[in-house]
Amino acid sequence: MIEKTVKIINNAGLHTRPAATIVKIASKYKSEFFIYKDGMNINGKSIIGVMTLAAAKGSELKLTFEGEDEKEMAEEILDYFNRGFDEL
Amino acid sequence: MTSEKKSNVYKGIAAAPGIAIKPAYLFKKDIEIINHESISDIEEALLSFNEALEKSKKELAKVFSLAVDKLGDKRAALFEAQIMILDDPILIEKIVNRIKDEKMNPEFIVNDEISKYQEMMISSHEPYMKERSQDIEDIKNRIIRNIRKKKWKSRITEEVIVVSESLTPADTVLFSRMKVAGYITNFGGLTSHAAIVARSLDVPAVVGVHDATENINDGDLLIIDGFNGIVIVNPTEEQLKEYKDKLKKLHQLDKELAKLKDKKAITKDGKEINIYANLDLTEELEIIIQNGAEGIGLMRTEQIFQEYETFPSEEQQTKVYTEFAEKLYPLPLTIRAFDIGGDKVLPVDVQEPNPMLGWRGIRFLLDNKDLFISQIKAVLRASKHKNVKFMIPMISSFSEIIRAKKIIQQCKDDLTNENIVYDEHIEIGIMIEVPSAALLIKDFAAEVDFFSIGTNDLIQYMLAVDRGNDIVNSQYQEFHPAIIRTLHFIIAEAKKANTTVTMCGEMAADFRAIPLLVGLGLDSISVSGAVIPYAKSIIRSLEYSQINEFVTECLTCKTEEEIHEKVNKFYFSNFGDSSHEFYSK
Repeated sequence: MIEKTVKIINNAGLHTRPAATIVKIASKYKSEFFIYKDGMNINGKSIIGVMTLAAAKGSELKLTFEGEDEKEMAEEILDYFNRGFDEL
Repeated sequence: MTSEKKSNVYKGIAAAPGIAIKPAYLFKKDIEIINHESISDIEEALLSFNEALEKSKKELAKVFSLAVDKLGDKRAALFEAQIMILDDPILIEKIVNRIKDEKMNPEFIVNDEISKYQEMMISSHEPYMKERSQDIEDIKNRIIRNIRKKKWKSRITEEVIVVSESLTPADTVLFSRMKVAGYITNFGGLTSHAAIVARSLDVPAVVGVHDATENINDGDLLIIDGFNGIVIVNPTEEQLKEYKDKLKKLHQLDKELAKLKDKKAITKDGKEINIYANLDLTEELEIIIQNGAEGIGLMRTEQIFQEYETFPSEEQQTKVYTEFAEKLYPLPLTIRAFDIGGDKVLPVDVQEPNPMLGWRGIRFLLDNKDLFISQIKAVLRASKHKNVKFMIPMISSFSEIIRAKKIIQQCKDDLTNENIVYDEHIEIGIMIEVPSAALLIKDFAAEVDFFSIGTNDLIQYMLAVDRGNDIVNSQYQEFHPAIIRTLHFIIAEAKKANTTVTMCGEMAADFRAIPLLVGLGLDSISVSGAVIPYAKSIIRSLEYSQINEFVTECLTCKTEEEIHEKVNKFYFSNFGDSSHEFYSK
């Protein structure tokens, strides 16, 4: 299992569009992907779940990836977070 | 008015002027009652759930393509996310399993399961999460309605008055193509979606009519009076006659006013006032041009930001601004920099104890330089035909102007280096809406090309009154002596410095205030498109020399009541028998 902490760096935070993109990326992989914030545990393949996260700029999220393609999945998703959801 | 005392008369906020007499179309979004029933045929329940999902997908796909058409890709992303929810594997699996395990009716499970997410959203401190929960409400109700195989009511063939609790962006997209003769909502203020859409479509709206959806039934005959914020349900013969007469007069008047389209707003003795329009929505442009505006005096850009749900890029903004500038050419387009904060939603994680005195307007822009730069460059790029002006909100001190101008210069230099064409002499103006700016007007005049008085904020800051606060909002007074004298000071000082002054606040759209404003020496006003013909007709019947005396009197008054009385008296003795009788009092 891979566990990482990421920070939201774009101004608008985790709004609807990046939420949709994250779910789209996650859905390409077989592994499990979870997001943890404020005691919430959200399945990263669920759009309604990810939309429930209020993650403004500067907030930190814990991500976990587990499964056969966890490495590739983690890489692509972390990269998307680090690019500030392409809104920098 | 006598009719107001009758029990079938409801009062709300007059959000868009006009009168209509049409049947009610009750747009209820809340599901009446969700029964908690056990079921025996699970297969049947699962089938109807799946069919409802498919049906909902088809419906949303239609809204989505309409939204792409009308709003552009970015805002349509919102609907795309809604469609994705219908395919959410985690959510669907959970619902299916619960139907199997609990043997309960699918609409109960759907409601229960999706509501859990909404509760989490509402419990968040982020203001936008509440709106997001509304979007989820939309999709939840859509699924439930389709499980019940009720037809989604969105096709309206005859002209109706839409009555609803509130309207979401999705509703307004659908309704904007329908034959809607008016809008009535339980909630909302002057800036709610329903109000903005109604003004842009030039149909009457009354918002904030508490319990409208309770007291009005589908098909009830309604009279909506958008001038006075009155709704009459199933009117009596007498009421009907009163309003039919008014409507007839209104049509006549509209015809007469239409003739003024190409005429200037000029007083009998030759003083010309330029009338510009405020622009909120893309759809408004047509009405604005139709009504003979001499340009756009205030284009609010926060709306675009809201459509994109995030800060639009320089390219995206350039596209929007250029399109407007080209459509208006050769008329001028005044673009106001993002006025984010205050009562507008701030897209970042800040909790301010007092947002109206907080991080808003120019303060926010100077602290978010990249955002400011992207907007300045986009405005400059749209200025290539030399009909664009740029306006900065919430200026309260000299240094803010200097810093903003420095950034603008930097942007100009960058564009020059990239060989991009722009208007080198683009006019830069500031909003006068903070009392300190009003006092320093003389110094500011040396640095900017024009001033625009934003009365809404100026009044609120000068009188220390929050207009949204029911307890004190009666003390929000346009005709307070301090306001009138301050306006006089601003205009006089600006004139001495040869800097033009316009007014874009709601006061400029108050017919009774117009003679006073003209008398104070305003060069121009900027009002919503629908108001333009009326404003023109008033100005054209004024005599500048005559108002001078009236203004001098008002400037010596000590109380709001005195000024109010003088303003009313002047107005009704000069225009009493004309159009403006649509406004009571």
